[in-house]
Amino acid sequence: MKVLVCIKRVPFTGGKMVLAPDAMSLETKHLGFTISPHEECGVEEAVRLIESNKGESVVLTLGPLEAAEQLRDAMALGIDRAIHMQTDGSEWDAGATAAAIVEAIRADEAASGPFDLIFFGNESADSAGFQVGLRVARALDRPCATGLKRVVPADGSVRCEQEVEGGRDVYVLPLPAVVTVREGLNLPRYPSVPGRMRAARKPVATSTPARPKPRLELMRLAVPEGKGKSVQVLGTGPSAAPAVVEMLRKAGVL
Amino acid sequence: MTVLVLMEHGDASMEALTLARKFGAEMHAVRMDAVQPFAPDAVAALLALVADHLNPSAVLAAGTDRGNDVMARLAARTGLPFAANCVVAEPGDQGSLTRLRWGDSLWEIARLNSPRPIITVAPHTFAIEDGPLPSEVDVTPFLTQLEDKDMLVRVSEHVAAAGGGVLLTEAKVVVSGGRGVGSKEGFAIIEELAGLLGGAVGCSRVVTSAGWRPHTDQVGQTGTKIAPDLYIACGISGATQHMAGCRNAKRILAINSDVEAPIMVNADYAVIGDLKEIVPAISAEIRKHLAVLAESPLPGGERA
Ligand SMILES: Cc1cc2nc3c(=O)[nH]c(=O)nc-3n(C[C@H](O)[C@H](O)[C@H](O)COP(=O)(O)OP(=O)(O)OC[C@H]3O[C@@H](n4cnc5c(N)ncnc54)[C@H](O)[C@@H]3O)c2cc1C
Ligand SMILES: Nc1ncnc2c1ncn2[C@@H]1O[C@H](COP(=O)(O)O)[C@@H](O)[C@H]1O
Repeated sequence: MKVLVCIKRVPFTGGKMVLAPDAMSLETKHLGFTISPHEECGVEEAVRLIESNKGESVVLTLGPLEAAEQLRDAMALGIDRAIHMQTDGSEWDAGATAAAIVEAIRADEAASGPFDLIFFGNESADSAGFQVGLRVARALDRPCATGLKRVVPADGSVRCEQEVEGGRDVYVLPLPAVVTVREGLNLPRYPSVPGRMRAARKPVATSTPARPKPRLELMRLAVPEGKGKSVQVLGTGPSAAPAVVEMLRKAGVL
Repeated sequence: MTVLVLMEHGDASMEALTLARKFGAEMHAVRMDAVQPFAPDAVAALLALVADHLNPSAVLAAGTDRGNDVMARLAARTGLPFAANCVVAEPGDQGSLTRLRWGDSLWEIARLNSPRPIITVAPHTFAIEDGPLPSEVDVTPFLTQLEDKDMLVRVSEHVAAAGGGVLLTEAKVVVSGGRGVGSKEGFAIIEELAGLLGGAVGCSRVVTSAGWRPHTDQVGQTGTKIAPDLYIACGISGATQHMAGCRNAKRILAINSDVEAPIMVNADYAVIGDLKEIVPAISAEIRKHLAVLAESPLPGGERA
């Protein structure tokens, strides 16, 4: 079995969104970086599938040189090798991102055989376009189910469970297929020290695709205004309990 | 001007309709359940066929799970760009729109360079306005044009949820715990308070990552989005990704040892100190209050 996971490097913002002076990106000087929790679950699932089925797992990203950090993180968890399409860090819209990913997948499949399963996050953490996985699936002419909380491949097909109101909808797709997943799919492991050491030696194939003109074109970012709340401190320590109960009563929850 | 809308049950579609009216007086609708069992590629194919026929200036849907899924498929099959979860969009105006990023913590002002904008409307951001309803397109002649592969992805089974307990999305009160709770066992006091208030237990991502609670309890950008009457956040710092899930709560009470925690900016009430002392004290006070209520006969002789 051969599986691919697509991930995107994003800043780990804290309690507040702060924009860069040109408002085209977030101010990231003091921030660490990560990937979406959805994609973390995709990485974990790919590692588990290869642990139990043998074969090869690959991680792919389109992003700046620094995104090598996220590829190493994925390989530290057990992914075998990486594909890094390097950019200068500027925004690529979803259509352009998908086209570049399709090209990389075609090249890899021509060299080392088809991917049975390709994992995406249901939506990226930052731009949340809800579409790259579906676009890639369409271009490759493969079936795709989205927002999955369970993915079980068996005998040439994959059973996919999607959370909906009142339960789960089940889709059964023939392989090869594309799936987009959500956090809750599994509980990702933490990287081990030996895992990190092995990751440092795993291969990363690089390329530098050209950025096409965006069709969903970012003009600027804005931080929505808060509700302008001002917090009322009801007290300090356990002695605040009567004031809390008074508030609960007034709010009609008691 | 003609506009095509993908309609589902619920308020989100009525909100989408409110925005759609700006794009054209002549509104047509295709229903999400036009193909049974649900087959997202088939619905996208129908929309594409109907759009070829009616030549609408835009295609809109609600930014629900299914809305975003089907519209992305429509965009992929027609080779057009797609803007998910818009909060502002005007026809003309060089396709200028505003959409949500990072849950709903950041706005993107963008231009959709497209002859036919494909847009979903972010739920809970538009006030529903009364106005003309779209006419439903008779899809019968288009159904015959669907290809076999459009039916490949379809719902083949529905597994009902186990049930039991108060649902996070429906609870009027949610008592949520974060890293400050300290351990799996630490959640006993959170559960106790939630139980007394007839509410549900929630948590932050730190808690689910540590395995203290299941992911179904997680509130936030990649967890559940809720809007209870009261949200009690215990030992939660208030990261934007957490607030993306509870910002629509009517009231937020933060219990935190740090007066400077970011959650204070979003909270209505706060108690400062160690949640391990404060939460049990609140539960005890509620018990006292309930006992008094039970003792005092109400007018008319009934008991509360
Ligand atoms: C793409 C992305 C998506 C994410 N999605 C989510 C999501 O859906 N939900 C989510 O929650 N997070 C999400 N996160 C993670 C988020 O950024 C934060 O890391 C997380 O919410 C922090 O959890 P916390 O508040 O419990 O922990 P911390 O940030 O560590 O805060 C702990 C708080 O507890 C207080 N405290 C400690 N001890 C006590 C005590 N004894 N009594 C009282 N107070 C105490 C501290 O003062 C502090 O404010 C996401 C992150 C990313 C990058
Ligand atoms: N730059 C990128 N590199 C690799 N994968 C990406 C990139 N952008 C998006 N993806 C994948 O596509 C998913 C959906 O992204 P989006 O359509 O932007 O919401 C993400 O969760 C990733 O799995």
